[in-house]
Amino acid sequence: MLHTVNKSPFESSSLRTCLALARAGSDILLIEDGVYGGLAGSAHSTMVEDALKSMKVYALGPDLKARGLAEDRLIPGVQVVGYDGFVDLASANDKVQSWL
Amino acid sequence: MSETKKFMYINRHAPHGTVYAHEGLEVVLIGAAFEQDVCMAFIGDGVFQLKQDQDTSEAGMKNFSPAYRALGDYEVNKLYVERESLQERGLSEADLMPLTWEDEDDDWAEKPSIRVVSRAEMSDLLEEQDVILNF
Amino acid sequence: MAFELNGKTYETDEEGYLSNLGEWNSDVAAYMAKEDDCDLSENHWEVINFLREYYDEYQIAPAVRVLTKAIGKKLGKDKGNSKYLYELFPYGPAKQACKYAGLPKPTGCV
Repeated sequence: MLHTVNKSPFESSSLRTCLALARAGSDILLIEDGVYGGLAGSAHSTMVEDALKSMKVYALGPDLKARGLAEDRLIPGVQVVGYDGFVDLASANDKVQSWL
Repeated sequence: MSETKKFMYINRHAPHGTVYAHEGLEVVLIGAAFEQDVCMAFIGDGVFQLKQDQDTSEAGMKNFSPAYRALGDYEVNKLYVERESLQERGLSEADLMPLTWEDEDDDWAEKPSIRVVSRAEMSDLLEEQDVILNF
Repeated sequence: MAFELNGKTYETDEEGYLSNLGEWNSDVAAYMAKEDDCDLSENHWEVINFLREYYDEYQIAPAVRVLTKAIGKKLGKDKGNSKYLYELFPYGPAKQACKYAGLPKPTGCV
């Protein structure tokens, strides 16, 4: 399943809830303010680092750029995708769950 | 002219996901005409508003982050950023836009507008204000 | 609202400000000025061009107080005062000049 998260982990519990419920092998895509969840060295980095052991975590490039976040600020293992990558992830998964 | 009051605009939201930051900035720019003693506080996700190198071109949104650089022209030159909020987000002062203002009384010398303060100092600043507005 | 010029239609808001900044050209400025019975001189253009540069850099149209101060700094004290600017733009320097420059209505006190 593809899970998308569009809220900052500092403002909302949606990333925490998503990571707690997502099964191993899931794809997690961080979009909009959700991309802040990909930041390395933050108070919430550990839960994403743990998730990366069993899932793939992606962040949407245009949303990172809009927020001034360069790729080297992300937790190692978080992959940057464009809108085309978003579409690929959505079609590669049988379901898309949006954590709002 | 009535007496000057101390106004603080508190910014607690990240810049692009919601309209709080943009609307708040507009209110500060409009309110600047009233010539009060204005400062801005950046707390929590609000610190992301001042992140350098924001480029919204690919995300298809208007980039309002250059407007923070105009705050100095509007004589809004006290931008307090909470250190703990930066640290929790893996950021440091070097990640913020270098905002400055020109001091007319000091031969237009450029001075920094951003002051990184501790949570305890921020708490004191809140107590000092006459009016606090939240965005 | 909209107006037509040289075979092209330009959308504006209800106060006559250009809807799409990217469509602006100097003919648009001259046309808008003519509608207000204003002939654009070198001095007008100086302010209009200044505003366009300001917008390009800060993404906002400056309030009149900010415009006056910034003009004074860039073009000299004899131009950076309300009297000079109001003589050029009697409907209000920020408001009127921003319109000719294709910018939105200024942010803050006009």
